[in-house]
Amino acid sequence: MKVAVIQFPGSNCDTDCQAALASFPGVTAEIVWHKETSLAGYDAIVLPGGFSYGDYLRCGSIARFSPIMGAVRNAASTGVLVLGICNGFQILCEAGLLPGTLMRNRDLLFRCETLHLRVENNESPFTSVLHQGQVLEIPIAHGEGSYFADAETLKALNENNQVLVRYCDASGNVSAAANPNGSLENIAGICSHGRNVFGLMPHPERVCEPILGGTDGRGIFKSMIEWMATHKSNN
Amino acid sequence: MANLPANPSITPELIAKHGLSPEEYEKVLSILGREPSFEELGVFSVMWSEHCSYKNSRPELRKFPTTGPSVLVKAGEENAGVIDIGDGWAVAFKIESHNHPSAVEPFQGAATGVGGIIRDIFTMGARPVFLMDSLRFGSIKGDSEQAKTNRRLFAGVVAGIAHYGNCIGLPTVAGEVYFDDSYNGNPLVNAFCLGILRHEQIARGAAEGIGNPVFYVGAETGRDGLAGAAFASRELTEESKADRPAVQVGDPFREKLLLEACLELLATDCVAGIQDMGAAGLTCSTCETASRGGTGVEIDIQLVPQRAKGQTPYEVLLSESQERMLVIVKKGQEATVKEIFEKWDLPYAEIGKVTDDGMMRVRNGNDVVVNVPARSLADDGPLYSREAAPFTPPAPLDLATVPQTDPLKALPQLLSHPSIASKRWVWRQYDHMVRTGTAVLPGSDAAVFNVREANKILAAATDCNAIYCKLDPSVGSRIAVAECARNLACSGAVPIGVTDNLNFGNPHKPENFYQLRAAVEGISEGCRAFNVPVTGGNVSLYNESPAGAIDPTPTISMVGRIDEVAHITTQAFKQAGDQIFLIGEIGSELGASHYLLAIHGRKEGAPPALVFDKEIAIHHALLGLIRKGFVRSAHDCSEGGLAVTIAESCFGTNFGATVDLGDTQQRPDVVLFNETQGRIVISVSPSDKAAVEAELSKSGVPFRAIGAVTAQADLSITTGASVFAWPVATLNETFEGAIPSLMEG
Repeated sequence: MKVAVIQFPGSNCDTDCQAALASFPGVTAEIVWHKETSLAGYDAIVLPGGFSYGDYLRCGSIARFSPIMGAVRNAASTGVLVLGICNGFQILCEAGLLPGTLMRNRDLLFRCETLHLRVENNESPFTSVLHQGQVLEIPIAHGEGSYFADAETLKALNENNQVLVRYCDASGNVSAAANPNGSLENIAGICSHGRNVFGLMPHPERVCEPILGGTDGRGIFKSMIEWMATHKSNN
Repeated sequence: MANLPANPSITPELIAKHGLSPEEYEKVLSILGREPSFEELGVFSVMWSEHCSYKNSRPELRKFPTTGPSVLVKAGEENAGVIDIGDGWAVAFKIESHNHPSAVEPFQGAATGVGGIIRDIFTMGARPVFLMDSLRFGSIKGDSEQAKTNRRLFAGVVAGIAHYGNCIGLPTVAGEVYFDDSYNGNPLVNAFCLGILRHEQIARGAAEGIGNPVFYVGAETGRDGLAGAAFASRELTEESKADRPAVQVGDPFREKLLLEACLELLATDCVAGIQDMGAAGLTCSTCETASRGGTGVEIDIQLVPQRAKGQTPYEVLLSESQERMLVIVKKGQEATVKEIFEKWDLPYAEIGKVTDDGMMRVRNGNDVVVNVPARSLADDGPLYSREAAPFTPPAPLDLATVPQTDPLKALPQLLSHPSIASKRWVWRQYDHMVRTGTAVLPGSDAAVFNVREANKILAAATDCNAIYCKLDPSVGSRIAVAECARNLACSGAVPIGVTDNLNFGNPHKPENFYQLRAAVEGISEGCRAFNVPVTGGNVSLYNESPAGAIDPTPTISMVGRIDEVAHITTQAFKQAGDQIFLIGEIGSELGASHYLLAIHGRKEGAPPALVFDKEIAIHHALLGLIRKGFVRSAHDCSEGGLAVTIAESCFGTNFGATVDLGDTQQRPDVVLFNETQGRIVISVSPSDKAAVEAELSKSGVPFRAIGAVTAQADLSITTGASVFAWPVATLNETFEGAIPSLMEG
């Protein structure tokens, strides 16, 4: 199966995502330049982390106008899996493919460290091989990862089980102390109503091989790959 | 330099303002055979500044060992040295200072320091893979105005490094931060970058091929950073704030585009030469490429992409606007440049051509404003042999004058001293994991980075104990090299090359010049002992504030190679029951120690002795054990001595340690906190204890079994009849909390 990793000007986790995906048998990952306008033939799309357009104006706010975004939108509307990591999550929010927004971290400092995430819902294409309540160790690296949405949106997200991962402590408790950036309800990642678009601030591609100190990121990619394998015939 | 008329006449005052001595001006006259134009005066001023010409340090720098079988590009030949790492792969790496800009504008000063060193690396054709930083500030403790300023500088510099490195997508994987009042008003910001490349990808900064077009690529030229190189070559004064226009403004997003575009361009066959525009901008890049190529370069200022209207030729030539490169393109392949730079939405312009007359010629339309032999600027600048003051070795510390303190209290005090305390507050602000190669995170002895595309594991460390260097520059510099090598050994690596950043005061002062000379000789001796070449580096002189010169700080960065994943070793204990060994002596040298500084407020005594043969034997013994798979953890013993080392090995684990150092008939504070060199603390599985003892005995290095890792998270150290014990959690809180509590109040 073939995955497109979109390269915006300023993307810097593009090749990291490519390498992580390519470590799964049967998966090819290709870097697609943001000025392209078609994503035909790809089974999934990854919007990688980085600083698209230097984060100027607002994170993701310029990238959402990139030529490729029309194709991303179309693919998302037909049920193709779209994963946005860090800056990719911010772009998906700016593009309206996911609700809410990411604001400056509570203490206004960039923060890079490995944290714990609790899987809140494993009934999604991105978490299906994980267990409900499973605690993952995945690093974050962002200055603007504080998730915010209005009360109504938040209520809808919870009711539809769209919150897939929350920041927690090592034992899986979702606590204020485990919240690295001030995100509402410790939200680390959410999916769309249709479940096929997922954005998260942590970087699963950074924990996909033992030499990097962990492999907990593989579960998310593996879920996607298994889902694609079973749904490919429908595309 | 602001507010000058467009074309002032050349007066002695104007010459002095440009930092040229009357003798240097005479030399300009004899080179030109006429009075220089205003632009030419500016060009000579920056090119003959210490920053660009190394006129005060070059005779000393020639003492460095720079050759070896692995050296592909030697120090000084190009923007950075290149070292072979096998299988057709090579690394390019270098460290460079941005001290003065950071003193007046910490955020942009530090950010552009990072941007500059990254350009030096990709100019070589290498893809940058990681960064390190070596930082020095005045004390950040207390409510004094000075402490507040130091905290502002510290926070600003860290934020600036984070801003640039994070955005461009390079991990900052290691570094060092020290706090000492000698850096009041003159912080040090030394940035290191390493890049990877295939041998055949090495790019040269030479203007090759008469008639080849000269391209300007990257950001437009503005008025920022005017004559920054000359600014960097002066002492900082009360008036230095007025030099803020000499500080550049960085745009890491533009540099990310420039990096990708240049690497894409270099992968084609259309580049004859490439050079970044760093210090002295367009001026330096044109005359240096011409000088290296044995050619001339002619450019037209009016063709240069410019940010503002109405900039004078003088301003355009001397601007240090960031994120710009000069590319000599093979004639006929101009379309490739156009295609790639348009893809990346970057400005580019053909601004001139390579000539055969050896001249750097700058036109402003039809007017020639600069017409100078390129060699005279780049390579024939003045050279000075400064006077070195005779050195008086420091009096050895008289222990009787040091009151005994209770180690129970002294250890937490040392762990909370900002120079020793955890730097997590710093590196948590740096993306240290992007590019997915960081195998050992910041905070251990050395960073370890797996370069996936080359299938090579690299290690890197940066070190300099400036207290040692202040008290004895020769010994201090040798220790800096040895400590770097020791840090690499502790991570399982063998050193392959060194880059140095020589930070000193005004070289016209004989005591400062002695420090520079002794440091170069000490580093040279160290590099010869470890058989590693110096591949390049940077000299930063005039690091003085109104209070005086900084402590001499010859920062050493060393790169090493690890053969196998299994050899990667970290400092943290791994399992309860593991046996702890000290390789090296218990030691007794308290002179120049952090214990003396942090607990007794004294910066005195002789630094510990360093014997290279002993040191090397210890590193070899450790590497032998690592390769046999015996070593669970290894941590070098440095500032704060053995007690700090063992405490640090407990941190980040759930374990404690019970250690007995025997009876050495010494004061407990001496045993716990001395800084005798050549010491490493390792832990090994109990089942390997006998084998490790046999191996170490065979290698002939001093060692002793000193205890065991415990499940109970307490640290207990016995010396003679005294037993000291601390809960690890309390020590760790002190260690981790020190800097955040100072910075967040």
